[in-house]
Order: sequence, then structure tokens, then C-alpha cells
Amino acid sequence: MSSEWPLWEIFIRGQHGMSHRHVGSLHAPDAKMAIKNARDVYTRRNEGVSIWAVEALHIAASVPSDKGPLFEPSRSKVYRHPTFFDIPDDAGSM
Amino acid sequence: MTQREALFEFLQHLGDNTLILSHRVSEWCGHAPVIEEDIALANTALDLIGQAQMWLGLAAEIEGAGRDADALTYHRDSWDFRNLLLVERPNGDFGKTLMRQFLFDAWQALMLEKLARSEHKQIAAIAGKAIKEVAYHLERSGDTVIGLGDGTEESHARMQAALDDLWPYCGEMFNLDERYNALILANILPRMDDLRARWLSKVTDIFDDATLVIPTDNFAHSGGKSGRHTEHLGHLLCEMQVLQRSYPGAKW
Repeated sequence: MSSEWPLWEIFIRGQHGMSHRHVGSLHAPDAKMAIKNARDVYTRRNEGVSIWAVEALHIAASVPSDKGPLFEPSRSKVYRHPTFFDIPDDAGSM
Repeated sequence: MTQREALFEFLQHLGDNTLILSHRVSEWCGHAPVIEEDIALANTALDLIGQAQMWLGLAAEIEGAGRDADALTYHRDSWDFRNLLLVERPNGDFGKTLMRQFLFDAWQALMLEKLARSEHKQIAAIAGKAIKEVAYHLERSGDTVIGLGDGTEESHARMQAALDDLWPYCGEMFNLDERYNALILANILPRMDDLRARWLSKVTDIFDDATLVIPTDNFAHSGGKSGRHTEHLGHLLCEMQVLQRSYPGAKW
């Protein structure tokens, strides 16, 4: 058994933010302590109203070496940006 | 003893408990076993010093002798301090520090709950503010006591040793000083009759989960509330007060 506590990724919803944002990671023996540690490490300056902790091993991540096939094809597809429409004035700001 | 003198005594008791424990906990800064605990302990120490500032500030105001919280903190000697002997106990290992914290938090949470209903407005307000901080301290220290008590063979042994060592310092929390009777009659200090039973029920629940056994010997050290302290307080004060004693009034 590893003597290291598992790694947890911490997400905080800020005072006015709509969604939880990744703020960093920390070690904790279990989920309950991960929330407590996150409270102490990441919200001590009154940053948040909600905390999510996800054990890092449960996060599926893209592989950096796949960057080419994954992301490059979208680079040459400017038509995917909705910038070719004339917005009627009375639609207001979008 | 007049009611004002009794109130001054009692507020020093509340303030000195949190002041001295805060200093003890702050001794871990940079030394805790993992950085997450290091930050958590520093947060706890800061909460406690904030509470000490409020209690001692009010104490100085009640005393009316022109002193303030800083004067009480830095320019009293050990026989003037009114804290429980429990909070001046040396830190020992991490487990022992958390055991001391838990025993104190469980008491402080109940005490603040009562004080929040005091007819003295300022006392009720300070208690109402501190109660949220202490609820979190208690949850954290309680969980850690369970985690380490019901942990490995070594952590269990260390936690049981910590409990055995600190238990004789718990009785002092409940022997209510006769000097405070006037305050109870004036509804400034609520009745404390059920404090011991409720505290015992809380710590028993946690110790059951932690597989720790409460010592059967109920011998209790006392003296802190009347200024008879252990030698450890003097050493702590040396470190805490040295700057203001060497350069009185120094600011930075």
C-alpha cells in the first residue's frame, strides 16, 4: 500500500461564478477530508460558496501527444465561428 | 468580589484559553506532517487568536483600567493568566495536538452555545461569531481523532497514549468557580449544570468510533482558573511576550 494519500482535484464555485472552476489539487485520505482540506487551502480568503473534490485517478484526460490529431483539424475551420451572420440591431448584444 | 471583577475574571478565562491554545497550535506552522494539515492548523490558530482578541478586548473594557487586549496579552505574568491547564500542555506529536484540540473544541462548542444566549449583549455577539469557527474546528479535530485512533497500530497506540495523558486535564473544564456565581444569578453566564454530561456524551461517541478507551481514573488537575499554572506556561509566555517586553509598545 502506498503511504501517500491519494491526490484530489479541487473545484470551487466563486461568490458570483456560475460554474465550479478548477483551482488546484491536494492530498487527503478520503473524500470528506479532501473537502475539509480544500476549505482550508483554497477558501481561506472567502473565495467560494461550494466545493467539489474529485479523486484525480477518476479524471480521464486527453493525451498530450495526441494534440495534433485532436486539436489541429479545428484550426482551419473558421466557418465554425458564428461570425458570418448579420445580427439585427434590435437583437441587442449577444 | 464584585460582579464586574467576576466578569473580568471570566472573560480572561475565555480569552486566555483561546490565546494560549492559539500560540500552541501556531508552533506547528511549517512543521506539520503534510502541507494541508499545516495550513489547516494555521487557520485554526488564526481563528483562536481572533477570538482571544474579542474576549480580551471586552475583558479590558470591563476592567476599565485603561488596558487593552494587547496589554493583557503581553504584559501579564503567568499567575495572571486564567486559561485551563489543558491548553498550555506541550504539543507532543501531531496526534496529541489533535487530541488536545478535540477535547477543548468539544467543550468550547458547548460553552459558546450557552454564551450565545447570555443576556450580556457583547458576550452573546462574540459567542455567536465564534460558534461557527468552533463548529468547524470540532468537526475537523473529531474526524482526525477517529482517523488516527481507528488507524494503524502505531497511530492507535499514540492516540490512546495522548488520551491517557490529557484526560486528567479535562476535569478542570467543569469545576465551575464559585466566583462566577454572581454572573449566573445575573443571567450573564448561563447555568452550566449539564455541560459535563453533554461533553462526555460527545467525546464518548467520537472515542467509540476511534476505538479509544476513556481512562477510568477521574483525578483532575486544577489551578489554571486561579492562576496556578504548570511550568510550561512560563516558557510559552517567554516566547510570546519577549518582543513587547524588550521593546514595550513596539509597532510594525
